[in-house]
This record gives sequence, C-alpha cells and structure tokens, in this order.
Amino acid sequence: MATVLVPTPLRRLTGGQSKVEVTGNDVGALLTAIDGQFPGIRTKLLDDNGEVKRFINVFVNDDEIRTLQGLDTPVKENDKVSIVPAMAGGQEK
Amino acid sequence: MSRLNRDELLRLAKSQITEISAQELKQRMEAGEDMTVVDIREREEFVQGYIPDAIFIPRGHLELQIEQHQQDREKPIVVYCAGGVRSALAARNLKEMGYENVISLVGGFNGWKNAGNDFKIPTVLNEEQRIRYSRHILLNEVGEAGQIKLLNAKVLLIGAGGLGSPAAMYLAAAGVGTLGIVDFDTVDVSNLQRQLLHGNKDVGRPKVESAADRLKDINPDVKVIPHREPITSHNAMEIIHNYDIVLNGSDNFPTRYLVNDACQFLGKPLVDASIFMFEGQATVYQPADESRGIEGGPCYRCLYPDPPPPGEVPSCAEAGVLGVLPGIVGSIQAIEAIKLILGVGESLIGRLLMIDTLDMTFRTLKVQRNPDCPVCGEHPTVTALIDYEQFCGLPSSNGASNGAVEEAERELALA
Repeated sequence: MATVLVPTPLRRLTGGQSKVEVTGNDVGALLTAIDGQFPGIRTKLLDDNGEVKRFINVFVNDDEIRTLQGLDTPVKENDKVSIVPAMAGGQEK
Repeated sequence: MSRLNRDELLRLAKSQITEISAQELKQRMEAGEDMTVVDIREREEFVQGYIPDAIFIPRGHLELQIEQHQQDREKPIVVYCAGGVRSALAARNLKEMGYENVISLVGGFNGWKNAGNDFKIPTVLNEEQRIRYSRHILLNEVGEAGQIKLLNAKVLLIGAGGLGSPAAMYLAAAGVGTLGIVDFDTVDVSNLQRQLLHGNKDVGRPKVESAADRLKDINPDVKVIPHREPITSHNAMEIIHNYDIVLNGSDNFPTRYLVNDACQFLGKPLVDASIFMFEGQATVYQPADESRGIEGGPCYRCLYPDPPPPGEVPSCAEAGVLGVLPGIVGSIQAIEAIKLILGVGESLIGRLLMIDTLDMTFRTLKVQRNPDCPVCGEHPTVTALIDYEQFCGLPSSNGASNGAVEEAERELALA
C-alpha cells in the first residue's frame, strides 16, 4: 500500500480525507485505484490524452514524476504520492 | 611566574610572531593570497576607515570570535591595530590558539594609510539602530554587516493582503530599508480576518496607504514606496526593475504568470507562495545568471506550464481560508527574502514547501527546471510579457497593448 496525499481542493471527492491508502504498481495504477474508491479524481488529474494536467504535479516521495517515468513511475510499499495543484489564493469573482 | 613590564611583554610577543610591512601586505593582498585580515581596533577607530576586505573584530572579542571567520589553523591571519602594538599582543594570543601563521602589521592602519594605500570608510549603524537591531547583530549570520545589507535592500511586495501583511511587517521590523507595495485595492471588513496590515479604522482606505502607515509605525527606518495600481504587462518591468527581490502575495493566476515572467526577464529572485483553506505552498524562483555565477532554479512555468481553466481550481473567496494560515506562509516568505539578502542558509530554490495546517505537516518536494520551459528553458518562446488574462482563459483586457486601466483590469486588483 502506498499513501496518496490529497490536496485540499480535491478533498471534496475523498470525503475530506487528506490521505488515502491504495495499492498499485505504478502511479497510473494508483490513480485508477483511487478513482475506483472516489470516482471523479482521475478526470480532475488527467487530461483527455491521459496525461497529468499541466497545472498539476504528482510526486513520488520527493520527486516529480515528469522527472521520473511519468505515470509509469513505479510505486513501492509505503511510498508517499503527493498531488500538488497550482493554487492562486483568494480573488473575489 | 615571570614579571614583565609592558615593553618586555611587547618584545616577547614580537619575538614569537611574524611582522609584515604595509607594502608587503598590499602586494600579498593584490596577488589574491587567501588570508584573513582582521582589524582589532575599537569601534571608534574602525569607523574612521579600514583596510579593504578586512573583518572587524575588536581586540576584546578577538579570541572569542576568530573561529567564526577562520577555523583553519594553517591559513595566514594578518591582524592590525592603529600602530602595531596591540596587534603584536593579539597575534601572540592567536598563536596560543594554534594559529600557526599569524602576522602583525607593522605601523598598523596609520602606517597603511600614510603609505598612501586605499582604505574604506565603513557604513555603520547609528546608536539607535544598534539598539533596535541588537538581536540581529548578535547572530553570526547577520551581524552589523548583515544588518546594513538589510537596510540597503529593496523588496517589492505584490499585494498587501493575507501574505503581504505578515511579510511586509516582518521585513519592516527586520530593517529591510525599502519596501515597495503594489496593491490597487481598498480595505474591506472581510480582509481584517487575516490582513494584519490593516485595521478597523482603515476600512475603505487604499491598502497601500494603511500599509505604509502601519509599516512606518513599526520601523521609521523603512522607506515605503506605494504603487497604487494593478500590476500589468505595461508597468510590471518598470516597477520590478527597481527592486532586488520580489515577494509574491498575489491572489490570481494571470498576476502569478505575469510576475514570474517579468522576474525571469529581469533576473530578479521571486519568493512565491500561495494559500488555500488550510494549506500553503512556498518556494523561491531564482533566475539563472551565468555572468554572476548564479545557477538558478525552476520558475513558476516549470512547475505549472499552463494555468488551470477558469473555475477549475476554487478560490479562497469561494472556499475560504484560515486567517492564521497566511501569517505562517507570509512569514516564511519574509525569512526566505532575508536569507537571500544576507546570502545565508539554504534557500527554497528548487524546493517546494508544502504546509498542511490541519495535519500540521511541513514537507519539501524537489522541483526542477524544465528544459522545455517557454520562459527559462533552453529554447524560450516567450521573450516578452504577454496578455496574461488571455493566457489564463479570462476575458482579455488587452493588457499587452492598451495603456488605459480598463474595467477588466480592475478585476485583477489584489485582495
């Protein structure tokens, strides 16, 4: 099991949970697994081509997956996977 | 124990140490020899002038502080006083500490000056400043020289809101000499839950005005430069180029990309942060500059090449933000700015600090330059400021070509 650290904007989809334990051999499998548990997360993170959206970074432990093997980056037992979206702050509409 | 008078002690000291003439010292310094030159005179003497590149440690502190500047017992240390007497005695004490190559300057500073050599008049703190900044001066990493660096530094704050408030207040208190503040907004009651620069009495006032009053009250040493205008593609370069460091407390994506790009084009470090509900991010974007030996790190576009489509990421105005959160994150920005000014510690360049105050966890993630980055990559495609509202999928205010402040731009005012 790896731990996925869910950023605040996505916690609406995880029932408020900031950490989700899921099983998967690589980041892609992990995201599929978490989407099975909390439907909708995958489309929040991936674009139509199945790539991580360009305003979102995914880290396995300390490293961003674009510098590793993208969604194929292997995930080991007890790894921490962080999802980090761009945040802008509080502008009123 | 032998009993010596002053002349005997001095003779003994001189027999145990090496002496050097002003001429020889000058030659060795000009040759770039790796040696530590220490001015051991009293403060009143030092402020009249000193040998360039010398460090100032008054005689009474010499043995206590020398190791902070030179630990290597084999490297040469040249000590000087006014005439060469006190330095001979001081050199002997350094030898007792194991420094093998201690040299006293014959004739001292007066001899150096009378030989027609260059000397510098140090910038020093006045009496009031030495009291105000005494807790800084005690820190080896700051000291009087560091405090003077802070007083000479110019930091621009984008926004006098949640992040800008604690950042500006701590930078002012720390004695950062010039603080520019860009903010177009006026104070609203809903700001007061987190924006400590402003108070009840300021509601309705321009934020740059209440901020200037508050900062002046904290520290009259600080010059506050208000920029009461939205930062746009027209004015960003002009405003930012006057400052050493930019601290980003903006609240919208177009401004974030604009400030990033302008800082990259101008080679200015950007201390960036953002907050949302209970969570914060902070990092430092340092543009590379080969001519100054600055390796640099990633920029905002390396992390986030494209902005989220409008509405995809909720804002604090929709989702809320804990009022204390910007207090933490803005204070971290202030620390990072101060570290950059002083050149101490390890900055957040290439690291993204993630703060979750519900779990109360702080994590740092590695971020890298993107070789394909359109601004700082190997083949940049964006080489001038663009229309950032359009880039972010918002109605364009024609930011790149129209000089008028239009209604759409007003919506970019910083909260």
